[in-house]
Amino acid sequence: MKFSESWLREWVNPVLEKGQLEAQLTMAGLEVDGVEPATDIVGPVVVAEIVAIESHPNADKLRVCQVDTGDGAFSQVVCGAPNARAGIRVPFAKVGAVLPGDFGIEAATIRSVPSDGMLCGQTELRLGEDDEGLWELPATAPVGMPLAAFLGLDDDIVEVDLTPNRGDCLSVRGLAREVGVLNGLDAKDLVCPAVEATIDDSVPVIMSAPDACARYVGRVICNLDLARPTPLWMQEKLRRSGVRCLGAAVDVTNYIMLELGQPMHAFDRSKIDGAIQVRMGSNERLTLLDGTDVQVDEQTLVIADTRGPLALAGIMGGLNSAVSDTTCDIFLESAWFNPLAIAGKARAYGKHTDSSHRFERGVDPDLPVAAVERATALLIQICGGDAGPLVMEQSLESVPQPPTISLRNARLTQQLGLALPVERVQAILERLGLEKMSGDALGSMWKAPTWRFDLTIEQDLIEEIARIYGYNNLPTATPSLALPIEPNQETRAPLTPYREQLVSHGYREVITYSFVDPDLQAMLDAGQIAIAVNNPIASDMAVMRTNLWCGLLRTAMYNINRQQTRVRLFESGQYFMSHADGIKQRSALAGLIYGPREASGWNSASCRVDFFDIKGDVEALMARTGRQHSVTFEAAPHSALHPGQSAVLKVDDAACGWLGCLHPKIANSIGLNDAVYLFQIGLDDLLTLRLPRCEEISKYPEVRRDLAFFVGSSVSATTVVNCARGAAGSELVDIFVFDVYADDEPTQRKKSFALALIFQNKHRTLREDEIAHAVEQIVIAVSTQCDGELRG
Amino acid sequence: MTELEHLSEEARDAINASAELSVLDHVRVHYLGKKGRITSLLKTLGKLDPSERPAAGAKINEVKQALQDLITVRKERLQSEALAAQLASQTIDVTLSGRQSDVGSLHPVTRTMERIQSFFERVGYAVATGPEIENDYYNFEALNIPSHHPARAMHDTFYIDPSTVLRTHTSPVQVRTMKSQAPPIRIICPGRVYRCDSDVTHTPMFHQVEGLVVDRGISFADLKGVVDQFLKAFFEADLPVRFRPSYFPFTEPSAEVDIQCSNCRGAGCRICSQTGWLEVMGCGMVHPNVFAHCDVDPDEFTGFAFGMGVERLAMLRYGVTDLRLFFENDLRFLRQF
Repeated sequence: MKFSESWLREWVNPVLEKGQLEAQLTMAGLEVDGVEPATDIVGPVVVAEIVAIESHPNADKLRVCQVDTGDGAFSQVVCGAPNARAGIRVPFAKVGAVLPGDFGIEAATIRSVPSDGMLCGQTELRLGEDDEGLWELPATAPVGMPLAAFLGLDDDIVEVDLTPNRGDCLSVRGLAREVGVLNGLDAKDLVCPAVEATIDDSVPVIMSAPDACARYVGRVICNLDLARPTPLWMQEKLRRSGVRCLGAAVDVTNYIMLELGQPMHAFDRSKIDGAIQVRMGSNERLTLLDGTDVQVDEQTLVIADTRGPLALAGIMGGLNSAVSDTTCDIFLESAWFNPLAIAGKARAYGKHTDSSHRFERGVDPDLPVAAVERATALLIQICGGDAGPLVMEQSLESVPQPPTISLRNARLTQQLGLALPVERVQAILERLGLEKMSGDALGSMWKAPTWRFDLTIEQDLIEEIARIYGYNNLPTATPSLALPIEPNQETRAPLTPYREQLVSHGYREVITYSFVDPDLQAMLDAGQIAIAVNNPIASDMAVMRTNLWCGLLRTAMYNINRQQTRVRLFESGQYFMSHADGIKQRSALAGLIYGPREASGWNSASCRVDFFDIKGDVEALMARTGRQHSVTFEAAPHSALHPGQSAVLKVDDAACGWLGCLHPKIANSIGLNDAVYLFQIGLDDLLTLRLPRCEEISKYPEVRRDLAFFVGSSVSATTVVNCARGAAGSELVDIFVFDVYADDEPTQRKKSFALALIFQNKHRTLREDEIAHAVEQIVIAVSTQCDGELRG
Repeated sequence: MTELEHLSEEARDAINASAELSVLDHVRVHYLGKKGRITSLLKTLGKLDPSERPAAGAKINEVKQALQDLITVRKERLQSEALAAQLASQTIDVTLSGRQSDVGSLHPVTRTMERIQSFFERVGYAVATGPEIENDYYNFEALNIPSHHPARAMHDTFYIDPSTVLRTHTSPVQVRTMKSQAPPIRIICPGRVYRCDSDVTHTPMFHQVEGLVVDRGISFADLKGVVDQFLKAFFEADLPVRFRPSYFPFTEPSAEVDIQCSNCRGAGCRICSQTGWLEVMGCGMVHPNVFAHCDVDPDEFTGFAFGMGVERLAMLRYGVTDLRLFFENDLRFLRQF
């Protein structure tokens, strides 16, 4: 909310230097977002009168004015404004003045006629929105008076960012009350005397939704001359509050809202047919003030007449019943709408207004009458007119009664860590407008003021006491907490060391958005239904990722497009899947490699990464788990991966990850020309460790035998190794492929695996014949089961 | 000149002329070996008068010893020269880069988050995490933010469906913890959160670390102490910390926490918008309504919660000036951490 400091000081005027008031508000929880001067005008701009005017000798549209600036001699000014005429008083910027926008006024000669200064319009001074011509000031404006003095421009416009609980501060009066509390001062108490009815005209009010509207106050005012301008002082207050001037009737209702906090509405009396009905909507159409058509549902409170809805209650009036140029009779509305009836509605209709903003936070139910009286008085003062009788309908049982709240002294002391004297507590609460109902040694009972919707329970009072006492004046402590030793499962690892491992392998960690491009996601995880975001921020961030590869690929592309030739990325985080039984959320660690295997340098090899680079990194990660012997990699298809370079990672035969080369088709479609390798491992498996179980180390020598077999090209290394291991007997302690040879001749379609076989016995040295027997068994098994042929 | 003197002179010249170890060894054998020429002189002693033999023998041995010493010195010198030559030939340019020295890095957000966690883990806080697609109940209702509450406007929420949201804060983890665990509770909840907002100072996804302490007798003073200590530790500076009243539906009293601007030390600068203060976190005492949702008796237990934006802290700590850098993941940015 924006307000003028001088307006506030009309209500309460603490002795505080410039800036101190704002600091005080901020420290009281009413955060000041910005302070700006009421004007940017620098230098001499004064009230002046055009005393004579004649045509410009050399220009049809310009005229030459003689201007009385109050300092004796007249100034000659060339002016093009259509409304320039003798006798009007207007702002005059003398030579040397600087107008907003850093526009300096200099002596000039315009088409051979000297011009010493500038006659100004509102927009040139940025003091209003009227850009029709010169700003015609009242005839009473003293000629020669600096405009700043005339308009009281030595003022600051303060913007406070109010939290939703402080609806009571959405008015100058409310802010004044708060400033009064903070400075121990009484704010001005506005008395709004009842305006005598001089005519009988009134509109009956029928309330049929008391839960939503418990009090409705209205008054007819006839014979208003709404063409009369809103007085300058009011225009200036509205402007400094960031509210546009729209004619006296609307300006007065806005003024009351800003001053007292009561949103009001003015209807054109002649457009109301029969009684005002305050009722729930019934799927009717209504054209609002801003020209939009809305369908009013049954959960929305409306103000209607016999023909249909006139306004969305507390949100916005209708176009048809709005005050217009031809209006001379109005019906003023000032009501108490239940926050629950308004909250969420404005947003639902896309109409967040100053009115709905206040009603959904809570408006003092005791305000409507005072507001109507003050508005009536102001309107008649400005536009003349005759007031009808005040009409009030209410449902007393639905008008909120301020709650009575108990405050336990011990609780207060415990919560604040400080024993405040009872008198101090009482003084704070009374200043805030609470009324003490009773009290004893243990505590007291308090009735909240009608404007404080946020005070309902003890904790609310504790907060208010802390706030007014000053958070920074309260003590500071270190909590003493019991520190029992907690169980710490050794078989559950944190992610940190895995991250560190990838980092030491040259990977950079990235963090990418969890919502991704639906098209890319569909390519990367065909068959998996991605969860859509209902209100995505962009179309390429519309679904939740079903794996972590989208973000990695996008990041890789981003960097490759910025001349990065070697990319190694990893990310950890959640991914999301839609299942018949609900949303599944899992976490994974995923990586991407691209480009040369080694960072380029004087001694680096020039080869590019391949499948076995990423597999090595995955194996190294899995080795941390101590379960590497349960890990297998099986060739399996994945929509994101190259069909011949794709593997599923399994632990104990359960799939827990994927790795492979990005499918060239996908690579192509996102503009990647070189191979990219990806992996993803589920965190549940990665972070599950095997508790080491130590075995005795054999004291006897180990023996190595090497065998090489030719096998068909479709026979995998794992098949051969498993076959050999199965046949070797218990003395085989290790086996691995130490060489692979593939025959390039297409007709042959054969390859060879060289196996290293390590034999050892725990209790004795193995005999040559035992080893020979085992080797023979292996040769037989590989020959028969894998169609292998021993290489000579 | 006797033959001995003559031989000695000759051997001396030969030793000094030896330029290689093999030549020197050859000289040694030639003069001092078993059949060496000087050794051979000892065999001529028998021809002398017995009374002259000891003196003559001693003389020969003396010469032998002198030559031997000379050879040793010469040998050491040749050896060290050879070594020096070998080392010289093996000299490399040590300023060339090493093989495969490429090390990656953690994302600055992770780095910051882990650092924050470590402060709290050291004093007994456990790390708790939870789902990012969250039930409306845990994200709002249980946190005292009913559906029409104006505070919902403070959270520009991404919806999956009317009752499912992308969590707007990590507070639902607090609710889940309180529902599953009896006090005392002392947790830290790090993680991703989402708000439907994207401009220079907002990204639709960011990170929070929240903390929650629930126990008997926890006070606002305890909260102030923990926050104050943490911020001073995080920034490694004795920066003034101030608490400003604020409003969060799930805490009361609620506070925004400012630290004195670490850049200008309070004088006012671009980073702190000339205020001299930087808003770094929100906190407060757990609202009784939240306790009620979690079946914690608010008369027996009290607690505090605090929450901070990780990116904000990382920006201040590492001088990052544009929030969006965190999610562009430009390698040239990431390499700096």
